[in-house]
Amino acid sequence: MKKIIFMAGVSVIGGFSLLPFLWFVTTSWKTATEISAIPPVIWPSFHWEHYHGALAQHGLLRYIANSAIVAGATTVVSIVIASLAAYALARFKLRWGRYYLLLLLALSMFPQIAIAGPVWRLLSWLGWLNSYHGLVAAYISLSLPFAIWVLATFFKELPRDIEEAALIDGCSRWQTLRLVVLPLAAPGLFTAAILVFIHAWNEFFFALIILTYPAVQTLPVGIALFPGEYTMPWGEIAAASTIATLPLVVLTLIFQRRIVQGLSAGAVKG
Amino acid sequence: MIHSRDPVWRFLLPSFLFVILFSLYPILDSVRLSFYRLILTLPWLGQKFVAWENYHDLATDPVALNSLVTSLIFVAVTTPAEVLLGLGMALVLNESFRGRGWLRAIVLVPWAIPTVVSAQMWRFLFNDRYGLFNFVLFGDATDRYWAPLAEPGLALMSIMVADIWKTSSFAALIILAGLQVIPGELYEAASIDGASSWQKFRHITLPLVKPALLLALLFRTIDALKVFDLVFVMTQGGPADTTNVLQFYGYKKSFAEGMIGYGSTIAVAVFLLSLILSLIYIRLLGARLLAQERSP
Amino acid sequence: MIGEEIIASLVVKNLAKSFAGTKVLDDVSFAVADGEFCVLLGPSGCGKTTLLRIVAGLETASSGEIQIDTARVDTLPPGARDIAFVFQNYALYPHMTVFENLGFALRLQKVPKIEIQDRVAEVARLLEIDTQLQQKPQQLSGGQRQRVALGRAIIRRPKLFLFDEPLSNLDATLRASMRVELAKLHERLGATMLYVTHDQAEAMTLGEKIIVLNRGSIQQAGTPGDIYHQPANIFVAGFVGQPRMNLFEGRLNEGGTALKAGGFEIDLPAALADFGGAYRRALVTVGIRPEDLVPCDPREAWFSGAVDFVEDLGSDRFVHVSCGKLRLVARLPARSQIQRGEGVNLKSDFERVHLFHENKRLVMDAP
Repeated sequence: MKKIIFMAGVSVIGGFSLLPFLWFVTTSWKTATEISAIPPVIWPSFHWEHYHGALAQHGLLRYIANSAIVAGATTVVSIVIASLAAYALARFKLRWGRYYLLLLLALSMFPQIAIAGPVWRLLSWLGWLNSYHGLVAAYISLSLPFAIWVLATFFKELPRDIEEAALIDGCSRWQTLRLVVLPLAAPGLFTAAILVFIHAWNEFFFALIILTYPAVQTLPVGIALFPGEYTMPWGEIAAASTIATLPLVVLTLIFQRRIVQGLSAGAVKG
Repeated sequence: MIHSRDPVWRFLLPSFLFVILFSLYPILDSVRLSFYRLILTLPWLGQKFVAWENYHDLATDPVALNSLVTSLIFVAVTTPAEVLLGLGMALVLNESFRGRGWLRAIVLVPWAIPTVVSAQMWRFLFNDRYGLFNFVLFGDATDRYWAPLAEPGLALMSIMVADIWKTSSFAALIILAGLQVIPGELYEAASIDGASSWQKFRHITLPLVKPALLLALLFRTIDALKVFDLVFVMTQGGPADTTNVLQFYGYKKSFAEGMIGYGSTIAVAVFLLSLILSLIYIRLLGARLLAQERSP
Repeated sequence: MIGEEIIASLVVKNLAKSFAGTKVLDDVSFAVADGEFCVLLGPSGCGKTTLLRIVAGLETASSGEIQIDTARVDTLPPGARDIAFVFQNYALYPHMTVFENLGFALRLQKVPKIEIQDRVAEVARLLEIDTQLQQKPQQLSGGQRQRVALGRAIIRRPKLFLFDEPLSNLDATLRASMRVELAKLHERLGATMLYVTHDQAEAMTLGEKIIVLNRGSIQQAGTPGDIYHQPANIFVAGFVGQPRMNLFEGRLNEGGTALKAGGFEIDLPAALADFGGAYRRALVTVGIRPEDLVPCDPREAWFSGAVDFVEDLGSDRFVHVSCGKLRLVARLPARSQIQRGEGVNLKSDFERVHLFHENKRLVMDAP
């Protein structure tokens, strides 16, 4: 009896999480009439026009490319900088280390609006508006607090002996990090990278204010500003959304264990 | 390992740079700008120092007050809902059963997709002519359908539903981490003492998961104040400013209307609100951090 | 064991447990009498903890029966078996005070508050933790936590106490004193106790009955004296006794008159002539405890060789001797001056020698 209630709970949770999204995805394959039908049509007729429309007329590919470049660059640079900082905080006995970590935590809680204006003006002054590097710079600073926290927690858990052995053998701190710690910490780095990537891919606020030319806009901006004043082209929006989220969903399904570990790493230890 | 010759600065400088340039400096600049009148689209007006005038306007601005109230309602409703749902999900995910990995992955999907996508998705679901929401409520009777996003009474509720859907899984993960730290032996000892499932939940699970609940509560509170994407895509602050949350109002003033000075004032107000909450959070969390380091 | 007319408080019949194809417990049967202190002794992985947990109801057996006070309990949940369990890591509720930890089970049973207070005070006094009642587990030392775990068990007045290596997390000195305290506690309470450990010193001190387990099956069950002086097989002989019993291969000669081992030949005493005759040419394992090897004249020597290493513990001296192909350890009195490198001659007494044939103890009867 208990088992039935439990399995019912499992189904409800699964359904709650997945069904709305699935509904939207199937919409991308329905014809316009099917979409606006009442009662709703559940099984789509696998009509691919919306995908053509989204890709051809709305330049979806360009948005995807932009997002990929920005998210990719952000991830690479963030992880490098965060690894250095996290290692220092985890291993160098710094009295202010804990305070710096707490400061980072506080920074990550700033509402975007609090820094949006000045960031915009700074990038404008540098001539970096509507550029990849401008947005990436902003994104790096957004991801650093979180990445440093996750990596610092991870580094702290590694056994010290191996690093101490390396130091005794004559390695510098930098060499120790590069040759001994990073290979050991690869899973943690990978997890942090996935989380940074997903966050950068999904970010909207700064992309909205920094990128105003469609040629450089990222996916979230493209999807949010999807044209349609009187009748929304739901089919196309659904198609664009499906394409936009497909890589993320695949990433999540494959790496769910790591993602869960990374997200809760700060929670329990920190 | 105390090495006085550790290359502290080389390791930490890059992150310092970003932190200072893109976090500390902007905050200070926002504060500075809040004392000026500065309109982006009218650059020839220059910067006019107006001291506390912006703050005075903010205090007497009915729209701003409405924004604050709207934001607070939003936080007050979504945060407990998400933590409760998160607790339920975490309890289920904590049991071992076949397909647990799958469920965990499925639960992550709302978190993984971009917020703007989920916003469009909910916009579709709440559509006033063929949205699933209306169908579930009224069936074929299309003339009775509601337009939740266009009705002042319902718009905020719709945004809250969308937010709860999107972020309950995040709360679930934090709480799950807290549940998994509870040693299984405690439940065994309770079994031997004769405790029922409910008694085990009440006397062991609940008290020991409280820190994780607190954490989830605080994370979600801070994030709820930052809601923007959903509002931008679903309602643009309307109808009649019923979903005009603080961050959106600030955006509108600063970027849509170009009034950076006043926008900065709003920004500073929002920042202070978040800061107070962050400090409370860090105080509580910091106390636990220190306690953890004392115990063996 | 089973079949004997004991009003046993715990009876385990033909218990077997398999897990993922491996046999963890193989047809285990034994009985513990009312008020007896029974120790399950064995190396790690032998199944003793699994056995204990099955008796507790924390795990289920693949087959077999468990009776507590003649009532079958294997279908009952742990809470209904009227037992108490002391965990290796104590399993104290970290968010409750010592008082609340002790009283938890009573609270669940809706015992009135006044009675809970009385019983907690009584138990706390008995275990000398009455000044710690308002503290939380994290504030206590290892020894104190262990007493709280004990107290939690005692307060329930159960039919059966189960202990899962409760002393293994304490340091050596504390362990030794806790051993004595546990023994006294048992005397005082007179309760039936089933105690799991891998430490044979604990087993010998505490147990009235010891059950030696290895690889999921019972090797021997008996009193500490039985186990020590009459080990039933090679495993038990080698497992119990510190330092380990000297064990080596040997063979009785053609006529059954002498024992050959490691290049040495030892004549059997006349009294064992019949025995020797019955086992002529038999391949045996010889066991001699270090304390049963004594230095002697070369003429009487069974083994002779040179000292490799001396362990001087102050109270005893253990010399490691290379005799031919054998490596033997002998216990010499503290005043002995024998040094490394010196030659030494050792002999023993056939009354103290253990012989095993096909892994079973040979009884050497003198007529």
